[in-house]
Parts: sequence; structure tokens; C-alpha cells
Amino acid sequence: MMGSVKMHKGLWLVLGLVALAVAPLVVYPVFLAKVLCFALFAAAFNLLLGYVGLLSFGHAAFFGFAAYCGAHVTKVWGFGPEVAILTGTAVGAGLGLVFGAIAIRRQGIYFAMVTLALAQMVYFVALQAPFTHGEDGIQGVPRRPLFGLIDIGSNIAIYYFVLAVFLIGVFIIYRTVHSPFGQILKSIRENEPRAISLGYDTDRYKLIAFVLSAGLSGLAGSTKVLVFQLASLTDVQWQMSGEVVLMTILGGMGTMLGPIVGAAVVVSMQNYLAQVGSMTTIVQGAIFVVCVLLFRRGIVGELAAFLRSRRKTPAEPESSYQQAGAAAPAPERPRGG
Amino acid sequence: MVDILGVPMPVLMGQLLLGLINGAFYAVLSLGLALIFGLLNIINFAHGAFYMLGAFVAWLALQYLGIGYWPALIVAPLVVGVFGVIVERLLLKRLYELDHLYGLLLTFGLALVIEGTFRQLYGISGQPYQLPESLSGGINLGFMFLPKYRAWVIVASLVMCLATWLIIERTKLGALMRAATENPDLVRAFGVNVPLLVTLTYGFGVALAAFAGVLAAPIYSVNPIMGSHLIIVVFAVVVIGGMGSIMGAVVSGFMLGVFEGLTRVFWPEASSVVIFVIMAVVLMVKPAGLFGRTA
Repeated sequence: MMGSVKMHKGLWLVLGLVALAVAPLVVYPVFLAKVLCFALFAAAFNLLLGYVGLLSFGHAAFFGFAAYCGAHVTKVWGFGPEVAILTGTAVGAGLGLVFGAIAIRRQGIYFAMVTLALAQMVYFVALQAPFTHGEDGIQGVPRRPLFGLIDIGSNIAIYYFVLAVFLIGVFIIYRTVHSPFGQILKSIRENEPRAISLGYDTDRYKLIAFVLSAGLSGLAGSTKVLVFQLASLTDVQWQMSGEVVLMTILGGMGTMLGPIVGAAVVVSMQNYLAQVGSMTTIVQGAIFVVCVLLFRRGIVGELAAFLRSRRKTPAEPESSYQQAGAAAPAPERPRGG
Repeated sequence: MVDILGVPMPVLMGQLLLGLINGAFYAVLSLGLALIFGLLNIINFAHGAFYMLGAFVAWLALQYLGIGYWPALIVAPLVVGVFGVIVERLLLKRLYELDHLYGLLLTFGLALVIEGTFRQLYGISGQPYQLPESLSGGINLGFMFLPKYRAWVIVASLVMCLATWLIIERTKLGALMRAATENPDLVRAFGVNVPLLVTLTYGFGVALAAFAGVLAAPIYSVNPIMGSHLIIVVFAVVVIGGMGSIMGAVVSGFMLGVFEGLTRVFWPEASSVVIFVIMAVVLMVKPAGLFGRTA
């Protein structure tokens, strides 16, 4: 029984990978690359919201500032894309360490407000620092050869580069969530006092998760720069922090696939609505309201719940969280173990 | 000309005044946030949008109905307050049983919808709002020129804050509100209609934001994005002050406004981030905030 579930999963995984590999033949590769960058960003954010239960409203700072640093490293200093994205990851993680150390001192909504305020500070730095070129941003970032050897100049090539980065990033998140460390994170989400009483230094675990999430957001941001060859204020603005929250909640927080689906939906929607002025903002706001009121588990979460209720296998009891329909959704339990 | 630390007196005074005005807005907005948070346990992300809405209602009333500044000062908060009541009854009410974060997310979405709608309708360039006749011009104080309207903004917000404080600390209604903040179930058991109290509090907090918006209309242009930038600073102010007390919200609002003004004189580049830096420092030293009780 469990073996068949595992096989199904493997089959779906292979199918998904094949779909991702052939997708650029059908869809415009730059658009796909954009979706993947945001999917990685949302997945990194979800590591924090979905698995630790921390709502950060400042993730744009990691994403956007890493984008600036990655752009600077490759455009002005002339390093290759591998150095650019590693720099972005390091910058994201470094900022995350500072943000985390300050924000973890407060809980719940205060945590959200503190991260938002700190991110706004980074926004003003990005606005005024000379190397970011203010309103213009860093334009014309070159796509240098990967490791000095592999040409990633074409749109198809950059797509496969982004796909590789995306898969590595998501794999890191998957491993983190399904490790003993990930179990402790989930226990903090479910009941922090109990985790403390079991002897875990929860603040330290939260901080590590925060740094990891920020670093991966930085990776996503600096990868995005290579796709669009541009780092701008849009990436560090508070609206970006809101967007990543939206992607995660719409897709389904606390699930591996949710943020990816959410990112795909939100990015496609932005593409279609881009011509109609502020329509994107209005629709995004409306989706927020609808999600919070009607389906808090998100697309993937609701689908999974629907499939479970269809199958009605007693072997998979629902988590207490889901029955309450509140707070965080059901964790992806490791199966077949 | 008298110089203080190498800065001409009028410049210093001018920035101090500007700081006080910003502080007045911080104070009124964080006061509303604190009231709402106390009773609803929700951080009202839409507060900035309601502030913007207040300014817009005043502008629209002048434009299409010929309602002037003084009536608008009452009408706009009322209209926006009623809108807030509807929002609370239709949307927020459904979230009280859930994690507080959902309230934040819902009001965030609401803020996006309101702001996006006004941006779609009126663009982001902003509409000018004429100063009321009686408050144009200024007074020469000898060491500086004091525009009458700016003095009025400070006085009006101080009076508003004081009135709110009096209502909450000195009236029966205020006593009920404080009691409901402490223990809503018990207050309900005494036969008080707590849900109504909650709704009215939300409406009142929102109306305060709209009042600040009308005050701001003649100073800044009436602009769909005027609220979103302000609200983030106000969040920082709230974190610094802590949400324990009304006075805390007001005092830290004015204080930080002045501090920001002073920074603009001595180190202009840092003025946009100084409040966030103070927030970080306060969190390191006293995580509950300057006036906050540890939760």
C-alpha cells in the first residue's frame, strides 16, 4: 500500500520533470524562467510560513537586495553567473541573519510588522545607495558564460539554467522539511511552549530556518536578475513581500507544491492583467481576501483534502490543524517510512 | 541670524515643525491601530488605505458636492467610519476564531483593493486640495514663520488624541471597552453587547485614520499611495511604543516625528530610515516596546 503511494509519487515526479524539460518548446522560455524564479522564492518563503508558522512581511528585502548584489557582481566586477547567484544567496542569508536576530524577539503579528519595517529600511538603502542607481536600477546585466564555458546567452539556455537552480533550491527545501530538523520546525509551529519544554532552543531553530529561507530567497532574486538582465526597485518594494505571501497562500502553505502552483498562477495573472493599469493590484487584493475567507488551505491544500476525502483511506488521519481549518495547514507527512 | 550647531535657526525650527506634523499623523494613526488591536487583536493593515480614503472623500466632496474643508472634517471620517463598520461586519467578523495573522492578511488584501481602485480611477499624480480660507497665511513668530494651517494640524491632532484618551479613561463606554479588551467573555456575561462594541471600536479607529487623512489633504496632495508609505512607518512607531497604552501610542508618535525632523536637519540621507533603526535598537534593548507590557 505504502509502496504504491511511493511509486505514484515517483511517477508524478518523473512526469513533472519531463513536463518542465519540454515546456520551453511550447511556452515562451523567459516567462517560464520567471515563473520558476518566483516559485523558488515562494517555496523559500513557505519554508518559514508553512513549516515554522512565521509570517515574514519583509522577504522582498532578501530577494531584491540579493538581485542588486548579483547584478553588480556580474556587471561591474565581471564575474560569471555562478558567482552572481552565490553572492546573492550569501547576501540574502546575511540580511536574514540580521533581520532574524531582531525580529525573532517578537511573536506573531509583531514579527510581521518588524520584518516589514526592516525591509522598508533596505528599500530606502536601495533607493539611495550609489551602486543601485536609484530609480534606474542596474540595467543591461550581461549573461556571462556559466563557469566561463557554457553559453547561457539564449533564452532557452537561460531557462535550463534557471530550471537547474530551481531544482537544487527546491531539493534543499524538501530535504530540510523532511529531516529531523524539519520535524522540530513543525513542532514549533504546532506548539512552541511544548517544543521548549522538550528542551529545544526554539529561537535558534527559528533563526536557522529564517536564514535558510532568506538565503534561498536571495538565490531566487539573483537568478531572476540573470533572466531579465535588470535589478530594480520593484524587487525590494513592500508590494513584492506581499506578492510572495499571496503566492504561498493561494497555492497552499505548508505543502511542497503549493507555492510553486501559486507562483505560476500569480505570475500568469500579472502577465494578462499588466495592460490594464492597476488591475493587478486590485485582483491580487481580492484574491487575498477570498483566500483568507474561503479557502485557507490554498489550491493544493484543498485539492489534497478533496482527494483524501474521495479515497477515504483510514491509514491517513488528518492532522488536528486541518480539522480546525485554522492557523497552518496540514504538514506534508513523510510517507512510507 | 542665530545658529544652533551650525544650522540656522529658521531651518531647524522649520524641520522641527515638519517633524511635529508628521508626528501628529503618526500619533493619530497609531492611536487608531492600538485601539483596534486592543479589542479585535487584529493589526489593521488597511489603516493607511483608510487614511487615504479620508483625504479622497474630502476631495471628492469638495469637487462634486461643494462641501468645504470644515464640514469635510466631520463628514469624511463618518463616511469612512461607516465603511469600516461594514468591513468589520462582513469580513473581519469571520476571522476572530482564527490565528491573528489572518486578520493582517485580510486587511492587507483590502488595502490593495482600495489603493488599486483609486489608482485606477485617479492615477498616482495626486490632486491638490485648497487650503481653507481662514487658515491660509501664517504668523511671524520672530525666530520663524509659522503657517497657520500647520499649527492647526498639530493642535487638532493633539485635541483628538486627548479626546480619545478621555473617552477611554473617563467614560462608562471607555470603561466597557477597557474591560472588553481585558476579558471579553466576562464582559459579555454581564450582558454587554461586546460584538457591537468591537464593531464600533473598529469604526472609530478607522474614522480616526480618515480624520488624519483630511488633515493631511491640504499639506500633501491627495494621492492614492499616500497611505501605504505612511503605514509602514506607523507600524514601526507602534512596535517602538508598544501597544499597551493609548498615551504610549501618542507620545511615541510625536516623539518619533520630531526625531525624524531633527535627523533631516543634521543627516538628511538617514532621515527616511531613522525610525526603523530606532525600532531595531528598541527591540534589542526592550523587546516589549517603550510603553508596552510584555505579552
